Amino acid sequence: MEMGFPILTVLALLPAVGAVSLIFLRGALAKQVALAVSVLALLLAVILAMQFDIGGGMQFSEQAPWIAPLGAYYALGLDGIGLTLVLLVAIVTPVVIMASWRDLDAAALASAERAPTSEERALSLSQARAAGPSTGGGRDLLKGLGRDPLRGSGSTLAPRYGLHVFFGLVLAVESCALFLFLATDVFLFYVFFEVILIPMYFLIGGFGPGHGRTYAAAKFLIFGLLGGFVMLASVIGLYVQSARVGEPSYLLSTLSSLPLGTDAGRWLFVGFMFAFAIKAPMVPLHTWLPDAAEESSPGGAVMMVGVMDKIGTFGMIRFCLGLFPEASQWATPVVLALAVISIIYGAILAIGSRNMMRFIAYTSISHFGFIVLGIFAFTTQSMVGSTLYMLNHGLSTAALFVVAGYLIRRRGSRDIHAYGGVERTAPVLAGLLLFAGLSTLSLPGLSSFVSEFMVLAGTFTRHPVHATVSTLAIVLAALYILIMYQRTMTGAVQPERPVRVRDVSSRERLAMAPLVLLIVVLGVFPKPMLAVIEPAVSVLMQHVGVTDPQPRVTAEGGR
Amino acid sequence: MSPIPVEITAPNLEYRLLLPVLLIFAGACIGVLVEAILTRSHRNTVQLVVTFASLGGALISTVLNWRTQDEAITAVGSIAIDGPTYFIWTILLVFSAASFLLFAERKVENGASVFAAQAAAVPGTIAEREAVEARMEHTEVYPLALFALSGMMLFPASNDLITMFVALEILSLPLYLLCGLARRRRLLSQESSLKYFLLGALSSAFFLYGAALLYGYAGSFDLSAIDEAVRASPQQPSLLLAGVALIGMGLLFKFGAVPFHSWTPDVYVGAPTPVTAFMAACTKIAAIGALLRVFYVALGADRWDWQPLMAIVAVATMAVGSVLAITQTDVKRMLAYSSIAHAGFIMTAFVGAFQATTGSSAGSLTSISSILFYLVAYGAATVGAFALLTAIRDPSGEATPLSSWVGLGRRSPTAAVVFSLFMLSFAGIPLTSGFIGKWAVFAAAWSGGARWLVVVAVVISVVAAFFYIRVIVLMFFADPAAVAPQILRPGWTTQVVVGLGVVATVAFGVFPGPLLDLAQHAGEMLR
Repeated sequence: MEMGFPILTVLALLPAVGAVSLIFLRGALAKQVALAVSVLALLLAVILAMQFDIGGGMQFSEQAPWIAPLGAYYALGLDGIGLTLVLLVAIVTPVVIMASWRDLDAAALASAERAPTSEERALSLSQARAAGPSTGGGRDLLKGLGRDPLRGSGSTLAPRYGLHVFFGLVLAVESCALFLFLATDVFLFYVFFEVILIPMYFLIGGFGPGHGRTYAAAKFLIFGLLGGFVMLASVIGLYVQSARVGEPSYLLSTLSSLPLGTDAGRWLFVGFMFAFAIKAPMVPLHTWLPDAAEESSPGGAVMMVGVMDKIGTFGMIRFCLGLFPEASQWATPVVLALAVISIIYGAILAIGSRNMMRFIAYTSISHFGFIVLGIFAFTTQSMVGSTLYMLNHGLSTAALFVVAGYLIRRRGSRDIHAYGGVERTAPVLAGLLLFAGLSTLSLPGLSSFVSEFMVLAGTFTRHPVHATVSTLAIVLAALYILIMYQRTMTGAVQPERPVRVRDVSSRERLAMAPLVLLIVVLGVFPKPMLAVIEPAVSVLMQHVGVTDPQPRVTAEGGR
Repeated sequence: MSPIPVEITAPNLEYRLLLPVLLIFAGACIGVLVEAILTRSHRNTVQLVVTFASLGGALISTVLNWRTQDEAITAVGSIAIDGPTYFIWTILLVFSAASFLLFAERKVENGASVFAAQAAAVPGTIAEREAVEARMEHTEVYPLALFALSGMMLFPASNDLITMFVALEILSLPLYLLCGLARRRRLLSQESSLKYFLLGALSSAFFLYGAALLYGYAGSFDLSAIDEAVRASPQQPSLLLAGVALIGMGLLFKFGAVPFHSWTPDVYVGAPTPVTAFMAACTKIAAIGALLRVFYVALGADRWDWQPLMAIVAVATMAVGSVLAITQTDVKRMLAYSSIAHAGFIMTAFVGAFQATTGSSAGSLTSISSILFYLVAYGAATVGAFALLTAIRDPSGEATPLSSWVGLGRRSPTAAVVFSLFMLSFAGIPLTSGFIGKWAVFAAAWSGGARWLVVVAVVISVVAAFFYIRVIVLMFFADPAAVAPQILRPGWTTQVVVGLGVVATVAFGVFPGPLLDLAQHAGEMLR
């Protein structure tokens, strides 16, 4: 690979090309092409990582004028933070494709749609009866079963479109996400920030299993558009500010040195932050996520929570801090308070969730709270921790969704209470769930622990109260994960639910393997990633104009 | 102001600059002759040739004149040919040509045109049936539409209020007629025609009264003379304010802004769809052009008086259009309200009034240039959407109820995807031209200092996006209706229009640079 080769464009465009080609392909070939494309993208990303010059700042940069009157450039670049997220996207996408390999096969669909056997009729009737008087968490059950208790096993709706559409949309999301993490032009970023909503919307609304999928997809889109349009006002404001000084330009490098008045900077910051807080999502703008996760397919949920939501936190680092350092510090008290609320609130609601997908969504809200906390604590350690947390959260959430997807496929129910004693018949499945759960609750030795610890330790040096309150969530995390595990996997196989759960197939194991491997490796040896992230964070800290309150506490503390 | 000339000399007309309007007008006159001379069987072909020949000639002469950058106030100071005029003429001619291609559609009605067989026959009578059986048809629509087009071209180019009024009438009267010529649902069509006529006549009266008051104030109909008078007098007498208000009413009526919008849904629904497309795209272009000319050239110095009022109108227009569009159950009606909402979005830039006179630096995006771009984006999606509408039919004609569009994505993915594209462009999603248009008008508004208006506009944009998305949801995510409309494969003319709409929407969404450049260079009006 020589200099000047637009490797970033190739990387980001590759999945898009794959997505387009899937329009013309059907059946097994479509799946194979999708997997091949995503693996190729992963290879490219790995090559990028190998060539990446640690401490070299923004690299592999490409820049070409795009819309001259607007000052918009087609500009891509990669720094340590970007690389972390590019790797996440590149790793997660093939996993999603492999994990969803058989979900949309005609045979699998036929079995989901098949007429219920007498045994299952009795079962679903009893479920419906059990769900009848319950409230709160039982809402999910009522939604699925209340209307038509005899419909199929667990009333799974058929996808609206063929499998080639599903894999095409996954690749489209991947492409948009890659562009987002690579863009060094605000306009380009904004374009993909909005465009990614469209494939994601169809991924939720077209392939969700329940009747609520249309509603959930619309809610997702409305929230996304609300954030997007508010951000548009700020994007336009940036143009106006930049045009006032001279030639308008949307390049990050130009804008970050743009003299903004205090007031203007704060207003623009609010627009960006609002959009990112919806995407991340932070309380009180989070309500779309549980609904969307509950109503999407496991693969779609991974792309949404694992990949797309990272845009929010990534955007906070790159755009809120990068463009509006003064306003970011000004907003810190509010943002930190909301982050802590998200951490605790998400954890508590996770404990109360009966729907497995909803449960994972709430754990994510809690974790996004940690990420935001670390970003706005403004210490090297916490920011590095937050960036690493994005990667780790992506991996562990993906693992959790994928395993939950395996489980749901076997029984057809998303209700945590519908399971019990699975570990007897499917020990490997149970083990994988436990592993994903432990990673989520940040067990020492697994990757999330490193980042969570760094966030808390870094935050403590500046905001001890916030950090202390957030520590509570570690306890809550143990609670929600273990309760979930206990309810689904341990105990007796309930006599009224005698359906035997198959253990995971080798294809399913293969899909999980990279996640498990990375979670362990990064848990034991996070140094390479930390080394990549740290220089980028130092640059950012300098730009914002803050220094660590206690210089002796550095990222080394995380080891 | 010059004293009244003692002897009347023949006005010096610069025919080369005026050629586009004259060609269209001549085409219309020849069209009338064709109706009188030729037998019925030949008329349609000849009319098409005449229409498109004059359109083509006008387009070529406009572009040639534009390239030589001849800008002048000509025809004894009554017509201003400047950058905005050239731009507006070009897009008027292009969108008219697209609409006229829809006029020519014959396949969806089994070989008949989409216009009434004989408009004079009372609906439901034997006379009507006889006319249909005799395969009579009104080829007069072409000269009528050309007359309207010549008025539309004159309207935004007029440099005095009398010429503007004449242009207003030339553009309006043929449109009233055209609205009543639908082949199907004729009573509805005639009702819309009458409504449009009555309200339009009223608004013309307002305009004329306003012009008279401004004459009383400035002593001239000339826009630049009014401007001088406004600058000269430190205070704004009630004569000026009343005149501004009345002129504004007349113009905002044609533009379809709240509170003068109530005709829009009824007329859009009642009129034959090709005429609706013509009106929705071209009337709006002409009206905003005239609005810009009057308020920027003549009343620019008085903008502290009209800006707040127009800001309120803009917010009301966006809000009413978007909110009422949500409640609509008919696609055509929804598109009508959507056109109202877009009028509001355009008005944000108009209110911002970011021009050279108000502090824009050379080469930056002015209010006029942003609006010009928006008009292209909006026009492409509008004409495309209405064109597609003509092809989705049930036994009673076009299937406009939203309920019959349910599940269209399953039965006809191509039609549904194309329609979705237009909806996304209307909603302002990136990589469509609608997004760049929105960006441009909001940027101009912000640059002009109307920051709060931009914030309000983006919030309303979400509401607007909601109902566009709802159509997409219905098409793709809802189960097909029991009585599904039929998707006809329309004739090549309609297909060309839809195709052009798609190409323009995507091309100007991804590479808007050249067009924005063009609009930017056309961003100032002669005064």
